[in-house]
Amino acid sequence: MSDVKKIATRESYGNALAELGAEHKDVVVLDADLAAATKTGVFKKAFPERFIDCGIAESNMMGVAAGLATTGLVPFASSFAMFAAGRAFEQVRNSIGYPHLNVKIGATHAGISVGEDGATHQCNEDIALMRTIPGMVVISPADDVEAKAAVKAAYEHQGPVYLRFGRLAVPVINDRPDYKFELGKGVVLREGKDLTIIATGLPVSSCLEAAEKLAADGIDAKVINIHTIKPLDEELVVAAAKETGKVVTVEEHSVIGGLGSAVCEVLAEKAPTKVLKIGINDTFGESGPAVELIKKYGLDTDSIYEKIKEFSK
Amino acid sequence: MDKLKLMKTANEVRKDIVTAVHSAKAGHPGGSLSAADIFTYLYFEEMNIDPKDPKKADRDRFVLSKGHTAPGLYSVLAEKGYFPKEDLKTLRHTGSYLQGHPDMKHIPGVDMSSGSLGQGISAAVGMAIAAKMTGADYRVYTLLGDGEIQEGQVWEASMLAAHRKLDNLVVIVDNNNLQIDGAITEVNSPYPIDKKFEAFNFHVINIDGNDFDQIDAAFKEAKTVKGQPTAIIAKTVKGKGVSFMENQAGWHGKAPNDEEYKIAMEDLEKAGEALCQM
Repeated sequence: MSDVKKIATRESYGNALAELGAEHKDVVVLDADLAAATKTGVFKKAFPERFIDCGIAESNMMGVAAGLATTGLVPFASSFAMFAAGRAFEQVRNSIGYPHLNVKIGATHAGISVGEDGATHQCNEDIALMRTIPGMVVISPADDVEAKAAVKAAYEHQGPVYLRFGRLAVPVINDRPDYKFELGKGVVLREGKDLTIIATGLPVSSCLEAAEKLAADGIDAKVINIHTIKPLDEELVVAAAKETGKVVTVEEHSVIGGLGSAVCEVLAEKAPTKVLKIGINDTFGESGPAVELIKKYGLDTDSIYEKIKEFSK
Repeated sequence: MDKLKLMKTANEVRKDIVTAVHSAKAGHPGGSLSAADIFTYLYFEEMNIDPKDPKKADRDRFVLSKGHTAPGLYSVLAEKGYFPKEDLKTLRHTGSYLQGHPDMKHIPGVDMSSGSLGQGISAAVGMAIAAKMTGADYRVYTLLGDGEIQEGQVWEASMLAAHRKLDNLVVIVDNNNLQIDGAITEVNSPYPIDKKFEAFNFHVINIDGNDFDQIDAAFKEAKTVKGQPTAIIAKTVKGKGVSFMENQAGWHGKAPNDEEYKIAMEDLEKAGEALCQM
């Protein structure tokens, strides 16, 4: 796939914010000294008067965003996932979630694809944390097209939204004229009858490749992209499980509490199904080039293919 | 300012606080009573608000950062007519809209949900930034406890408030000197409080927070300050107005029993009668 266009979803975030800012005067953007990395700098350049750099103080930033939202502005508070969902969890829960304020949290640098910075900055727990907050929408886009659409859908949605973006450039897989983003709706990217791969974020494109490799072995995999982890498209997940009998979840996140857990929670109640959860296996990451780490932690095409092949036996 | 009228209202607010906490069989009377004069001044003298239109866009905002003193806020809101005074007796009861800590979604007049200490001031800073951004001229007030300022987030918020020259923001510290585990000087001293805010580029005013003349002068002075936020460090008496609660850390988060409630109300009735003879 070397000729495929690759864009990091954090780039999409910055670009979408600038577009949104041009359309809507009530959009304000906050950052905590990471505008160059989160790409909110794109918005800052276009609308400096609507950009608030809070400095290295994420907890305060979340509270400031809450205060801004009470006045009718629509703040996008941005930092790395580690600090947005991790450090500021309680501020997000109590100052944004509890009063159900219209704050959008743009969390970049999620997962191990942060790369060289290592474990302290590789957040594999944010989906788990954010989806436990009542009323919080959790979105994890897979590519540039989806990420930009997600930012706009988050603006249209009334209430708190957590948006998860990555540092690493990922293949654009949704670049088609009829692409439509619908909050809370999963997308079937490939039909198949033997098993269902349900993926989110960065590994979605690898799952499509793995499905092709599985097809060569005679295993026909359905592939579903879940961009909205909460509210989860339960109908689609349950139908796919019933249809194919086996489910594999794939995410660049801990296997505890993320997409895999969300899918298992639904299936346990509505359609008990054997599930293989592929993700970060209850461990911290480490330093290294992102692509190498993705391979080492089993989220590249070959690793996904091997695990699913074994599971499908 | 009609000082006597404010004193009478504050005395009613104190009765409401004691009644609400007694009825709830739980809650925080000490810090509600210490700040009763400040609550009263804000809602009956200082702020541009309308109980008939609690969400009017140009209203002044108040964030109770020390959210556990919700009985104080609710009492002044009820006195002001935001909701019926009788409802105060449902404080903390299952199904009541009067939650243990301020809940902006369900309580008329509450501008921000708060209670997790250190967080309210950040929301107040956000509101003040919003006013500056949109050219609105409302002012934002936030009340913090002196124990609360041990929270690091308070200083994150203060740094940003001064950096952004939020002269529409007034931070009030209810300096009653007591927190749950004892005197703030013994637990983890935040003193000197005034010098800390000064170092963070605030305009600082030290007052007796149970004296309406000093409260009035401080808020008037705050309005003249340009280019920096104001911090009013209000020295108060925890449990003020109820003889056996005054300066007792034990009354931080405890409700009076029936007998104690009777004594408390007698204290406040007496104070009220004295005010009527002034």
